[in-house]
Formats: sequence, C-alpha cells, structure tokens
Amino acid sequence: MKYTDLAIIGGGPAGLCSAISAASSGAKVLLIDRNEKLGGQLIKQTHMFFGSEKQYASKRGFNISEILLDKLNDYKENVEILNNTTVLGLYEDGVITATKDEKYVKIKPKATIIATGASEKVLAFPNNDLPGIYGAGAVQTLMNVYGIRPGKKVLMIGAGNIGLIVSYQLMQAGVEVVGIIDAAPKIGGYLVHASKVRRMGVPILTRYTVKEAIGNDTLEKVVISKLDENWNPIEGTEEVIETDVMCISVGLSPLAELLQQAGCKMMYVPELGGIAPLRNENYETTVDSIFVAGDVAGVEEASSAMVEGYLTGLCAAEKIGFKHENYLELKKDYRNQLEALRSGPVGTKIRSGINKVMGV
Amino acid sequence: MRIDKHPILEFQRGKKIKFIFDGKEIEAFQGETIAAALHAAGVKVLGKSIFKHRPRGFYCAIGNCSSCFMVVNGEPNVRTCVTMVEDGMVVENQNGKGEIL
Ligand SMILES: Cc1cc2nc3c(=O)[nH]c(=O)nc-3n(C[C@H](O)[C@H](O)[C@H](O)COP(=O)(O)OP(=O)(O)OC[C@H]3O[C@@H](n4cnc5c(N)ncnc54)[C@H](O)[C@@H]3O)c2cc1C
Repeated sequence: MKYTDLAIIGGGPAGLCSAISAASSGAKVLLIDRNEKLGGQLIKQTHMFFGSEKQYASKRGFNISEILLDKLNDYKENVEILNNTTVLGLYEDGVITATKDEKYVKIKPKATIIATGASEKVLAFPNNDLPGIYGAGAVQTLMNVYGIRPGKKVLMIGAGNIGLIVSYQLMQAGVEVVGIIDAAPKIGGYLVHASKVRRMGVPILTRYTVKEAIGNDTLEKVVISKLDENWNPIEGTEEVIETDVMCISVGLSPLAELLQQAGCKMMYVPELGGIAPLRNENYETTVDSIFVAGDVAGVEEASSAMVEGYLTGLCAAEKIGFKHENYLELKKDYRNQLEALRSGPVGTKIRSGINKVMGV
Repeated sequence: MRIDKHPILEFQRGKKIKFIFDGKEIEAFQGETIAAALHAAGVKVLGKSIFKHRPRGFYCAIGNCSSCFMVVNGEPNVRTCVTMVEDGMVVENQNGKGEIL
C-alpha cells in the first residue's frame, strides 16, 4: 500500500492545477493519469483559447499544458506523478486501486480529488458502430498527437465549438470536410469559428440529422435528412453523402464512474452534460474527503477547469491540515474568477446546473 | 495517411519499428499507439463484436469505450488506442470475448 496526503485522479487542466495548489499549500500530492503525457484534453488542442488573460487566453492548448507542467515542477519535492496508471476502483475506506504498467497498486490518501474529465456522447442511428465513425476528440488525438489523418473525407455531426474547431483542424491536416450538420435550428458554437470554416467552403446545415450509416466493413456513405420544428425527420428530404469518416461531436458527459463507485450522491443534470456529483462550495462531494474538479463536476471548459482545480486543491489541502498562508485571499480570488467566467447570458446554463448540484 | 506538413505542428516521430498484424509485417514509429499505427497503415477494423460479429474500430481513443480491444502478444482485451506499439509485437483481431484463462 502506498500512502500520501492527497491523491489526484486525472492530470488534465483541473488535475494539474489542483496539484499545483495543494503542493504549494504544503501537502504531499500523488497525481495519477492513465496517459503517458499529462495535460488531458489540452495536449491535442492546436487552436488558441478564448477566455481571459489569467486562464492563458490566446495561447494554444498544448502550450497551456506545458506552462502548467512547468509550474508544477516548482513544487516537485511535494509531487509524485504516476503516469500510465489507470485507476480502477475507489472504495468506502478511501483506498484507490489502479494498474501501473500492468501491475496492480493500492493507494491510501487522506483525501482524494477526482478530475477525470468527460467522455464523448454517442448518437443513436442504424449502423452507428461502423469503423470510420469516431468521436471528435478521437480524431483530434489521431491527427494532432500522432500526426495521422483519420481518412480522406469527413462529415462532422455537431456545430458546437468542438465540431467547428475540429473541422478546421481537419482541413489544416489536409482532410476534406464535406459538411457539418446539426439537429438544432442554430449553430451552437462561436460565430467566429463558424465563419472561418464557412469561408473555407464547408457548408453548415442546421436542422439536419443522421438517418443511417452505410458500409460493409467500414463507413462508405451517410444518409442525412432534414428535421421539422419538432425534431422529426421530414420524409423525402434524405441526401446521401459519400464519406469514409463521420465525426460525432454532440457533447460530452462527466466521466463519473469512480464517484458513483465511491458512493457519492449523483444527479442527472442536463445542463452539466449528464450524471454529475452533488457538491458543496469547496467542491467536496457528499462523501467525506472526496473532492471533484473540472469537467467531471459538470462539463464546461478548460479555463473553468483550471480555476476549479486551483480552488479544489486549496480546499482539499486545508481539509487535511495544510492551510495555505494566503488561504482566504486565494479562495476569494478563485471564486471571483469562476463567477466572472460564468457571468452573462453564455453562463446561464452552467449557473442553473451548478445551482442544482449545490442544492440551491 | 501520415501527415508530413502541418501549418502549426511538427511531428517528432520515434524510431522506426515493425510489428506483426494478422501475419503481415507493418511499419510503425515508437511512441504511437497500436490503433494509431494500424490506422496509418489503412487498417480500420480491429475486431468483431461479441454477439453479432459486427466489425469494430476505435471510437474514443482515450481508453474509455472498449471498442478497440485486440489480442496483443496472445493477451486479449488490450485497449489498443492507449497501448503503445512495440517492436516485434504480435497483434491480432479480436473476435468476440477474449479468453484470459
Ligand atoms: C476540440 C476541443 C476544443 C476545446 N476548446 C476549448 C477552448 O477554446 N477553451 C476552453 O476553455 N476549453 C476548451 N475545451 C474544453 C477543455 O478541453 C475541457 O473542458 C478541459 O480539458 C477539461 O479539463 P479536465 O481536467 O476536467 O479534464 P481532461 O482534460 O479531460 O483530463 C482528464 C484526465 O483524466 C484522465 N483520467 C480519466 N479517467 C482516469 C482513470 N480512471 N485513471 C487515470 N486517469 C484518468 C484522462 O486520461 C485525462 O488525462 C475544448 C475541448 C475540446 C475537445
């Protein structure tokens, strides 16, 4: 059994910032990620980020993860990184089980932060399991991390920010994007992204859905059809699109299995992407000393994941006896940053979701 | 299907290695996953589903969804989207549930 003050599961922006914050408070931190390289979703993001200066706006995603790793390195005497380690279980007594390089390990921390991020949703239609139909994040990993094209042509499903950004990145990688379709009546993502892909000749069709996929062993064709006001397919509007890749980008849902296993109370909150944990203002769940941060607490974005990470790391360290010398000041600053990120009409949905999990 | 020129990224590929897929030798680079290396070689079908034997490819590429299970060096249920390819590795399609014992 391995003992530590704080275990952090997931090394994306939320996990990295939690680690920085807790280690700077004086706690010994064990940061666990199943990948070789830390950074979570950031390592495959080649575009410049939105948000404010404090959350590294206008830097590219993969650069942000390098900045955070550098920052973490300042506290290296307090941080141990377990990469290539998949957490398998979280038990009532707080014990974490994992496999590292094919070996089984057990970890007993005083507190745990779960920062496992989110997973891509799937879409139901006939033959949706054909090879060639991939999650947008998967395509991004393939092309931006490994430098491999997913295929010759791509049909993108979903005109949210991820669908728009990945379409643009596909074209940068030399892949033809035959179109972007979305069931909603309006484009969900930022208009700057939409205009950029439209200018490059990619049609964006709203109120369209996938009727079926066709192919023998792999994807060959996709049948799309128009939707009426009630989201029902309109007969006779079908179009056949020849393509070897279809990218599904219809949203993410929290990767919350470990929380469920640990007995944390959960709630279905569509505004947060699916089943999310109930938590208090310090991001502690209903199970003592189990905290959450980032997309697993509710799907949002990297900027809020980072600030949540800093805040949660600070609070979790305090809980187990490592109070940062500027605890109150920092806490207030992080809270204000989160409030600013979630302000205005864009934040309406997320604010409503958060109220639900906090029982407000 | 490897990308040579990219406006933003430079790909530093590892050492060239070879592995066996269904009896054939395939070239790959150290530091890529098995699924990525196979995809670069044009292989999209990684296995067959348990009940209806439908073709399976990867879906999430982050080790979550189980769609990329293959038999690697005789061991079934290997998540090839997060497992790195190695020189001399023997990789096979997995048909249905793999048998561990
Ligand atoms: C295409 C795209 C574009 C985006 N653009 C922007 C943008 O412009 N601005 C912005 O602010 N946000 C953007 N985002 C969103 C942002 O990337 C995410 O919100 C953010 O990465 C969430 O951070 P996280 O740390 O919660 O999770 P993640 O980054 O998903 O990290 C979670 C980590 O936990 C690991 N993990 C999960 N389960 C286990 C386990 N059992 N054991 C061990 N490790 C585990 C994962 O492997 C991963 O490394 C974008 C996302 C995508 C996909």
